[in-house]
Amino acid sequence: MQMTADGRETSSKEPVKTATRDIYLPSERKKISGGGTPHVQAKDFSIYYGEFEAVKKVNADILSKYVTAIIGPSGCGKSTFLRAINRMNDLISSCRTTGALLFDGEDIYGKFTDEVLLRKKIGMVFQKPNPFPKSIFDNIAYGPRLHGMNDRKQLAEVVERSLRKAALWDEVSDRLDRNALGLSGGQQQRLCVARALAVEPEILLLDEPTSALDPKATAKIEDLIQELRGSYTIMIVTHNMQQASRVSDYTMFFYEGVLVEYAPTAQLFTNPKDRMTEDYITGRFS
Amino acid sequence: MNVGTRKILDRSFTAVGIGSIVVMGIALLIVIVPIVFNGMGSVFFTGTIEHRNMLYNEFGKGNSDVLARENAAAGAYRREIYSMLSKFEAELESMEPEKQQELRAQYGPVRTALQALFGPLPGDPEAVLTRYKYGQTRWDKAQEKLHEFLYEAKWDYSDPNAMAKEYFVSRAAGFEGTSLVKLFPYVEKNLDRLLRPEFTVYWGFLTDSSVDSHIFGGIWPEIQGTFFLAVGAMLFAFPLGVIAAVYFTEYAQDGFFTSMLRSANSTLAGVPSIVFGLFGLAFFINTLKVSESKSVLAGSLTLAIMILPTIIRAAEEAILSVPKTYKEASLSLGSTKWNTIMTVILPAALPGILTGGVISLGRAAGETAPIIFTAAVSVGSAIGLADVFSSPTPALSWNIYNLASEHEAAAEIRHVQYGMVLALVGIVLLLNLSAILLRARISKKLKG
Ligand SMILES: Nc1ncnc2c1ncn2[C@@H]1O[C@H](COP(=O)(O)OP(=O)(O)O)[C@@H](O)[C@H]1O
Ligand SMILES: [Mg+2]
Repeated sequence: MQMTADGRETSSKEPVKTATRDIYLPSERKKISGGGTPHVQAKDFSIYYGEFEAVKKVNADILSKYVTAIIGPSGCGKSTFLRAINRMNDLISSCRTTGALLFDGEDIYGKFTDEVLLRKKIGMVFQKPNPFPKSIFDNIAYGPRLHGMNDRKQLAEVVERSLRKAALWDEVSDRLDRNALGLSGGQQQRLCVARALAVEPEILLLDEPTSALDPKATAKIEDLIQELRGSYTIMIVTHNMQQASRVSDYTMFFYEGVLVEYAPTAQLFTNPKDRMTEDYITGRFS
Repeated sequence: MNVGTRKILDRSFTAVGIGSIVVMGIALLIVIVPIVFNGMGSVFFTGTIEHRNMLYNEFGKGNSDVLARENAAAGAYRREIYSMLSKFEAELESMEPEKQQELRAQYGPVRTALQALFGPLPGDPEAVLTRYKYGQTRWDKAQEKLHEFLYEAKWDYSDPNAMAKEYFVSRAAGFEGTSLVKLFPYVEKNLDRLLRPEFTVYWGFLTDSSVDSHIFGGIWPEIQGTFFLAVGAMLFAFPLGVIAAVYFTEYAQDGFFTSMLRSANSTLAGVPSIVFGLFGLAFFINTLKVSESKSVLAGSLTLAIMILPTIIRAAEEAILSVPKTYKEASLSLGSTKWNTIMTVILPAALPGILTGGVISLGRAAGETAPIIFTAAVSVGSAIGLADVFSSPTPALSWNIYNLASEHEAAAEIRHVQYGMVLALVGIVLLLNLSAILLRARISKKLKG
């Protein structure tokens, strides 16, 4: 069974309330031009840690330029699935996969896939902000430099563009040479987004990017995701259902490694097909 | 356990802990204070005109005009001595043989003592060893020698049940009735005019080469040798150690081979340094023949093998303490493993790696055993940089031992021994201090 979320536009919906939780769906969302084609495809894709099957036979198409949220109770395999997409799981020696995971139709785990090139196209932002202990400039310029950009002027342009995209430029433009570790947590996380954007990825993976941040910083990141929506394919893991409903177009609900339901966000939150999904989003378990 | 017992136990720990720290502190003080005090004495001391003459003749230091005037002033007083001597010698000729023989026996030591104080006397043959060309260069030594000149040391063996006692007999008494009797009060009274003591700051102790195996001059050959050996060891051990640490932390697969390597490394760290010395001789000199015999190169290689495990361990710790998130961040940006190591992991681990390196450098500078068979000679001049592949070198650690125990005039040059110890301690402390500062600086830079 290939789960393809139907109903691609979720605009012009009124904020919806469910019985036990406040779910806000943005009423005004910009239209997305292009996109909507399968960008990442999972086909009977399973991930194992040794003998333990952490993600079980997932079938799903992630659509380009849209925001897809991954929700589910902790330990259900959200991070594992997300990290599989840019092969960050390679760092764990016991981790292996079966089935297929395709990026633009090419097997991510194929024999001849260059994971370094892959990661260049699929950027990631982690749960805890992790800027390098370098200057703000050097943090952003790290990726472009890696990929051969050495001209200072060109780098400066990329740094500014990335910081503007990450809505951080106004706050740090006067202290680009300061150490990035001196920024606040929220600023650090936006810096990490900017750093990922600087290598011009096609997909941005966000693994609980706001769980270490206060509400104000969280709101900024969420705004940022809205800004980037339509330009990048975004996947965001979150255990905060309001956040999923606020920022995403599609939502995947995982439970114990199984992709239980994958649907347009509004539909999943207002009219879940699966009993388990309903129990989870109404807070019967978490 | 009731409250009372618990409290007593806690208190006793505090007491024992503080007590042992205090004991250690006192012990350290007892060791360090004389080293510092006596070591400083090799640079700051009251020097005599003999010292200034020596500096001028051997190193070309000093102002010749001033020195000539000084020599003239001291010479006036010295000529008085010489004339007393020749007068007495003439007197001797005219004495009856028995008396003459007795006096001659006493006169010999007097002349020797005078030579020790003021250098060669008129009519002495040209001295071959530099040490006999000058009198006492240090005022404190001169006063000891004055005592030897004035008094003869004798031993009292009268009580067979007790240790023999040393007692002193005035030499002047032996010459009662001759003209020489006036010599003794004259020298005693005019010693400062004869030797012209002056407070001296002799930085040359650190930068001059030694004259006549450290009787005069400085310890530059040793300092330079220590520097060459330690830096040479680092040149080999540091890159190798860091590369090995990167291999262990980033590339090695957990398995039998890796754990073997790890335990080999730990074992190597515990091997006594004399064994490294023998290994260096057997392997680098006899087998590989890196040099014909002892050389700085062979010593450096031996020291490098000795400090390698420490460097590997320190670097490994430092690399492991780099947050995993840095690595993830770098890889997620499309960085290769190699690039991640070079641009993220090693820079972040640098403070720890450098600290380990500098501490090892200090250890290499201070070790004696590994260089005995491979690089050290007791007496020698500073070698040129080009000679490190073939020449051995004096080094502080080895020469401290050598001067204190094997030098033919060990008792005369205590100040040099202390000076060397202080120089070595100073170098090691300086290295450790710079490691701390360096670490603080880099850490501050990394933390923002
Ligand atoms: N490195 C690992 N080795 C073994 N098991 C792991 C590892 N990482 C995660 N797991 C297991 O895989 C499951 C999914 O983990 P994860 O993807 O981190 O969950 P989530 O992100 O949804 O909280 C959990 O049961 C977890 O214990
Ligand atoms: Mg997780």
